[in-house]
Amino acid sequence: MAFCSKSSRNIINNLKSKLGLSRLMNRGSDGCLNKTNPDRFLPLITLPQLRNPDSYSHKTSHSFSSQRFQSTTSEPQFASVPNGEHNQELDFPGGKVVFSPEMRFLSESPCVYNNCYRVLDDNGQLISNSIFVQVSEKIAVKMYSSMATLQILDTIFFEAQRQGRISFYLTTIGEEAINIASAAALTSDDIVFPQYREPGVLLWRGFTLQEFANQCFGNKADYGKGRQMPIHYGSNKHNYFTVSSTIATQIPHAVGAAYSLKMDKKDACAVTYFGDGGTSEGDFHAALNFAAVTESPVIFICRNNGWAISTPTSDQFRSEGIAVRGQAYGVRSIRVDGNDALAMYSAVHAAREMAINEHRPVLIEAITYRVGHHSTSDDSTKYRPADEIEWWRMARDPVTRFRKWIETNGWWGSEAESQLRSSIRNQLLQAIQIAERAEKPPVNDLFTDVYDNIPSNLRDQEKLLRETINRHPEDYPADVPF
Amino acid sequence: MLGVVRKKMLGQSLLKIRPAVSMLRSYSSAAKQMTVRDALNSALDEEMSADQKVFLMGEEVGEYQGAYKISKGLLEKYGPERVLDTPITEAGFAGIAVGAAYHGLKPVVEFMTFNFSMQAIDHIINSAAKSNYMSAGQMSVPIVFRGPNGAAAGVGAQHSQCYAAWYASCPGLKVLTPYSSEDARGLLKAAIRDPDPVVFLENELLYGESFSVSDEVLDSSFCLPIGKAKIERVGRDVTITAFSKMVGHALKAAEILEKDGIDAEVINLRSIRPLDRSTINASVRKTNRLITVEEGFPQHGVGAEICASVVEESFAYLDAPVERIAGADVPMPYAANLERLAVPQVEDIVRAVKRACYRSVPLAAAA
Repeated sequence: MAFCSKSSRNIINNLKSKLGLSRLMNRGSDGCLNKTNPDRFLPLITLPQLRNPDSYSHKTSHSFSSQRFQSTTSEPQFASVPNGEHNQELDFPGGKVVFSPEMRFLSESPCVYNNCYRVLDDNGQLISNSIFVQVSEKIAVKMYSSMATLQILDTIFFEAQRQGRISFYLTTIGEEAINIASAAALTSDDIVFPQYREPGVLLWRGFTLQEFANQCFGNKADYGKGRQMPIHYGSNKHNYFTVSSTIATQIPHAVGAAYSLKMDKKDACAVTYFGDGGTSEGDFHAALNFAAVTESPVIFICRNNGWAISTPTSDQFRSEGIAVRGQAYGVRSIRVDGNDALAMYSAVHAAREMAINEHRPVLIEAITYRVGHHSTSDDSTKYRPADEIEWWRMARDPVTRFRKWIETNGWWGSEAESQLRSSIRNQLLQAIQIAERAEKPPVNDLFTDVYDNIPSNLRDQEKLLRETINRHPEDYPADVPF
Repeated sequence: MLGVVRKKMLGQSLLKIRPAVSMLRSYSSAAKQMTVRDALNSALDEEMSADQKVFLMGEEVGEYQGAYKISKGLLEKYGPERVLDTPITEAGFAGIAVGAAYHGLKPVVEFMTFNFSMQAIDHIINSAAKSNYMSAGQMSVPIVFRGPNGAAAGVGAQHSQCYAAWYASCPGLKVLTPYSSEDARGLLKAAIRDPDPVVFLENELLYGESFSVSDEVLDSSFCLPIGKAKIERVGRDVTITAFSKMVGHALKAAEILEKDGIDAEVINLRSIRPLDRSTINASVRKTNRLITVEEGFPQHGVGAEICASVVEESFAYLDAPVERIAGADVPMPYAANLERLAVPQVEDIVRAVKRACYRSVPLAAAA
C-alpha cells in the first residue's frame, strides 16, 4: 500500500524551511535559465495604510507602522541587453520577444522555491522582522473563538452523522485558520463563492449554530428548503453563495460576479475557495485566464491541503504548487502558510486592496493539511498513515497556534478557554435537538423555485399529489407539514 | 426530390397563410420584409438599450460583428464592457456569465454553435438550470444561451447536431426555437426579459431568410409569450408539429398535400420547454392524425415526447398511429448526397402524412 508519505514530507519540508522572508530572490543556480531576469518576484509588498485606527496595537514593536501603499508593478521581464543585434526586442501580435542564439528551455520547476509567507512560528510566537497587518484584541479574540467554534461544530456534527441523525457531513478540521482569518480580512459586501470546506466564512459572517443545524437536518427552517444534502449552506443576506457539489464550477462564477461588481463600481470584490484537486478542473484554468483578461476584482484562495479524497498532490499536478500557476495567466499570486491565522489575515487583506483598487485578480495558495477524512463517506486511514494524521492534528493545529499568540498578548486564558468550549458545546447540542425535532419542509416546497413562477404542469402535479395524500392519510409521514 | 428550399417562395406563402395580426387599431397591417438575422440583431439592440444590465458575450461577437453577424454594430454602439469578446473557453465563459447572472446582470451568451455548448453543458445545467431550486429561490439566473442549432449545409457531424431534446428534458430551463422573423424578435425579447435561464436555439440556414413582419412586430415593446405554440396553417385532416427550419418544410408539404385533397394543420411549436401540450392536443382532437417533424436524432427526441403526451391525453381521438419524422440515426455525414438523405425533406413529410391518411405510398425515398 502506497502511503504517499513522500508528498506529506514535501509539505512538511516546505513549511519547515520557510521562516521569515530572508531568502534571496535570485540565487543564480544553473537550473535558472533566465539569467537576464533579475526579478521573478515583485518587490516586497508594502502593506496598505491601515484604515481603522482602532486596530493599531501599541504593544509590539514588530508591528508594521503605516506606510503608504505603493504601486506594485512587476519589473519588466526583459532587461536591456547591451549585446547588440542578436538581442533586440521585437513586437509580434502574440507578444514581445527578445531573441537569443542560445537554445534555452524554461525549467519545469521554478529556480527558487516559492516563498511561503508566515508570521507566527509553530509555537504561535511572532517571527522577528515579520510584516503583517495588525489585528486588534477584539478581532483576534473573535477570530480565535470562531476557530474554536468551528472545531467543536465539526466534531459534534460528525458525531451526529455517525449516530445516524444526519445523512452526511464534511469537516474543516485543520483548515480553521484559512476559513476564519480570510473571512475576517474581508468585508460583508464581498461576495463569497465557496467550494464546500469553508463553513467558517459563513460562521464569521453571523450564520448561527441553529441555522447550520437546520440545513443539516433539512427542516422547515432551512434556507435551502430541504433541497440539498447537509453542508450545502447558502445565504443571500450573508453574501455567501449556496454550496454546489460540482468541483471548481464556482471559480468562473466568482469571476463573473467580480466583473459585475466592477461594472457597478462597488467597493467590494468576489472571493472564491477551492482545493488543490479543484485546480485540475478546466474551470480553474478558464477562470484565471478570464479574470486576468477582464481585469476583474476577484481573489482566488486555494486550500492546498495535500489530498483530494485519496489523491495526493503528487498525483494531482506536477507544478510546484498552485501559486506558480498564477504567473502563467498573468495573475499576481502568493503562497501562504494556511495554518498561520495572522499570515492568512494579512495576505487576504492585502489581496483585497489590490483586487479592488487595481481591478486585478489575485491568487492565494494556502498550504495546510486536511486532518479529517474527506467526508463521512471516507476513511482516510485507508490511504494515509494514521500517525501522520495524528501528528498534524496535534502538533500543527492552527487553532492552538493562534491561541498561543493571543495568550502571549494577554488576551486569552485557560478559564476563557474552558468557558467558551463548554458554552459552544451546549449551544450546539441544543441546536441539534431543536433542528431534529422541527418539522420538515412542506409538500409544496417540492414544486416551487424550479422556475420563477410555478408552471401549470407542476401545479397540476401538486394537486394530484394532495389528492393522493388525502385518499391515503395513513401512509403519509407525521412530521411533514401538509 | 425537391432539393433545396426556395427562400423567396416561402415568404410569399406565409403572407397568404397567416391571418392578419393587428391587436391595436393604431398599427397598420402593411407588411415589411425582415431577415431573421436582422430580427435577432434588432431584438438584442432594443433590449440592451432598454436595460443596462443586459450584456452580450461570446466568441467573435464584438470586433468580428458576430460569427454570423447577429451582433453587428453592437460593439460600436454599446462598447466593450457590454459586448465582450471572450477567450476560447465555452466552459469558462458560460460559468462566468452564470456568475454575473447570480449577481444580477442579464447576460446573453452566444455559442458559435450549440455543438460547442457541450463543453459548457455543466454550467448550463448544474449552475444555471438547477440553481434557483437548489438555493431555494436565493440564486436566480436571468441568463440566455443562444446560437445556431441543428444542421447547416455541409458542416459534418460535429457541427450539425440538434440539442432541443437534450436541453428540453431538464427542469429549470426554458427552451425556445424560433422559426420566422416574428418568432425571432418576439421570443428573444421574451427570453432576455425572463428571470429564468433560457436556451434559445436558432438555425444558421434561417438567418438569411426573409419574412414579412407587421408594425406591431417591429415595435420595441413587442414580445411573444413563452410556452405558446403558433398554428401557422389551419387544417382539418392531419396535424403536423414542427419547430425551427422544419416549419418551412412542413408548410411546403402542406401545399403539396392540398393538391391531393389533404388539408394539413401545421403547428410551429416555438417553445420546446414548456411544450404547448394543450394546443397540440386540441389540434389532434380536431384532426385525429399526428405527424411530428424534427431535425434531431429520433431516439428520445421531441417527437417522442409529443407522441407520449398525445397518447396520454388524447388516445381515443387518434385514428392512426403517430408517426415521427426525424434526422437519420447516424452522425451527420458531410457529402451532399448523404447529408440530404440524413435530414428530413419535404417529401418525407408528404409521404408520412399520406400514410397517416391510409393512402398508398412508395416506401423508400428516391435518391
